[in-house]
Amino acid sequence: MTPAIADPADTPKAEDVLAPLPRDRLPLLLIPVLALAALPLVGSPTTWVTLTIAALAMGMMIFVISSGLTLVFGLMDVLNFGHGAFIAVGAYVAMSVLALMPGMTQSTSILANLGALGLATLVAMIVTGLLGWAFERIIIMPVYGQHLKQILITTGGLIVAEQLIHVVWGGEQKPMPLPAGIRGSITLGDVNVEKFRLLAVIVGLVVFFAISLVLNRTKIGLLIRAGVENREMVEALGYRIKRLFTGVFVVGSALAGLGGTMWALYRETLTAAIGGDVIVLVFIVIIIGGLGSVGGCFIGSILVAMMANYTGYVFPKVALASNILLMVAILLWRPQGLYPVAKR
Amino acid sequence: MSSFADTLFSGDTPKSRPLAALLLLIAGVLAVVPLAFDGAQAINTAAKICIFIVLAASYDLLLGYTGIVSFAHTMFFGIGAYGVGLACYGWGANWSSVLAGLVLALLAGLLLALAIGVVSLRVKAIFYAMITLAVASAFAILAGQLSDYTGGEDGRSFRVPWLLQPATQLFSIGRFQVTGRTVTYYTVALSALVLFLVALRIVNSPFGRVLQAIRENEFRTEALGFDVVTYRTLGNCLAALMAVLAGALYALWLRYVGPDTTLSFGIMLDILLMVVIGGMGTLYGAVVGATVFILAQSYLQKLMGGASKATEGIPLLPDLLHPDRWLLWLGVLFVLSVYFFPAGIVGTLRARAGQKAS
Repeated sequence: MTPAIADPADTPKAEDVLAPLPRDRLPLLLIPVLALAALPLVGSPTTWVTLTIAALAMGMMIFVISSGLTLVFGLMDVLNFGHGAFIAVGAYVAMSVLALMPGMTQSTSILANLGALGLATLVAMIVTGLLGWAFERIIIMPVYGQHLKQILITTGGLIVAEQLIHVVWGGEQKPMPLPAGIRGSITLGDVNVEKFRLLAVIVGLVVFFAISLVLNRTKIGLLIRAGVENREMVEALGYRIKRLFTGVFVVGSALAGLGGTMWALYRETLTAAIGGDVIVLVFIVIIIGGLGSVGGCFIGSILVAMMANYTGYVFPKVALASNILLMVAILLWRPQGLYPVAKR
Repeated sequence: MSSFADTLFSGDTPKSRPLAALLLLIAGVLAVVPLAFDGAQAINTAAKICIFIVLAASYDLLLGYTGIVSFAHTMFFGIGAYGVGLACYGWGANWSSVLAGLVLALLAGLLLALAIGVVSLRVKAIFYAMITLAVASAFAILAGQLSDYTGGEDGRSFRVPWLLQPATQLFSIGRFQVTGRTVTYYTVALSALVLFLVALRIVNSPFGRVLQAIRENEFRTEALGFDVVTYRTLGNCLAALMAVLAGALYALWLRYVGPDTTLSFGIMLDILLMVVIGGMGTLYGAVVGATVFILAQSYLQKLMGGASKATEGIPLLPDLLHPDRWLLWLGVLFVLSVYFFPAGIVGTLRARAGQKAS
């Protein structure tokens, strides 16, 4: 790019730059609008509440999976098509760990159940985090900045990882039972709410607030946000952005492991292709949210999950196609996604 | 002779002796398979190779020549297959329904390619890859769900016109019976040859040069006065139409359409592997890649079955060599070839020939 000669009238004054940008809250409105628009189509209000809560739970899971992916993209311009592999590996590891603790999963004490789940999730996250570290070092490091090769190589990594899952855990479909205390649902008035969905919503919100807190209140978060805006500038200031990136990649992979565990528990079955099923929704979410934006990713996840749940109930045959329509509609409104990241 | 070859191959001859020999071998074997081999597996494999050569070549038009990664290529393949298949199923097994199905499929493929191109080809490669992935999965699921029209997950078996039916006995030469199967095979093989030569013509035309210029440097091509979006969209449409034709051939060969044989993401990955292992940016790479891949798919499994038995008792090794894990090794080969032989088998052979000549 050629340096333009600064026109004094155009140059923003220091106080303009430092003043906080007005928050763009318009996309937030989409969530209640979509929910209310679905109400007459669904008909019964109790069904609608159940569907909405299911959508929130599903949206949180998709958000947990896609947040890491979108940050990695924003920070380093790397889109990892192999992200689905981490989802699957996380789910399989959690399944193996849960199988080791029959006592704790079959007891009806919720505390024991949560302990078992927590332990399984922790192991799954550690394994996928380590795997992410290796993946970044071996597969992605050599092809920084080459988009075509990145897409090819991460897709190749996905193929190899999926096959290795077959080698380690076998190819057949596995059951992934929920611990006894978390099965079933609670009834609030006329509305049935599955316990696991509540748990998923809580976990998703915790992850969202944790990420927001780290990004907005810590120095590392500041560096990550600065790196998303302008990588070269952060490097010029002396920070090793590659190391930062590796860290984000590892966290993103661990989150994919967490999301994969939740997703498998939600579906209660598990195959090596589990990552491929979710990753399509994840890509739609990232496109809708704006590549690299965590806030957009959060809203996009909820929108996509709502669309999937409502149309899954009203017109079951076109659930995924409706999400494509949602994506097209949003891209027509904001071609760069809900919250475009400045650089792109 | 050489001027004839130049015309036939649009001036883009193999330019490497081992490569020319390899291509001649592939073409020669494909030409005589129905005469030389008994049994269904050989002829099925050969027909599949012919069809996937066309499919991989059309994908190379996008990936290798224009530098676009699309994950929707199987969607167009499926549109062709479903067009012919459902037309034969619904309107009877005659040539007019084959033709009508083909024309409808070509139209549908063209419109869809245009729509996707207009929405997403303006932006970055990565965006296009993601959008095509989403659209293709939605299409595959839709085809599986609308079972009243498409037969759902089970797909549809249908009858083909009389001349192509396996039971049709035409005449015999010596002990060799010319059946409908033979006719179908040669229809598929000749169509594949013609389509391949057309693709060769396209990439070596001025239009093809512009596509390659876009791949090399989009900004500069735009500066030279070529409308990048238009050229990309046109390239995308051409590739889609070729994939539709390949799908139609596949449906005629299998006499069956279903999501697993045409629309699945697995097939998309297969095509990607074929093009990259064979060599991106050379159509001959599609020939070599498709042949190697489908031979591996059909025969590597047997080999690995033997190896798996031989290594019994050693931990892990028998599992890694299990016949179902053939894709693992091709995946590893794929990753390695993206790193070390980005030009694939064909590109590497050509580069070697170039070194010798200089």
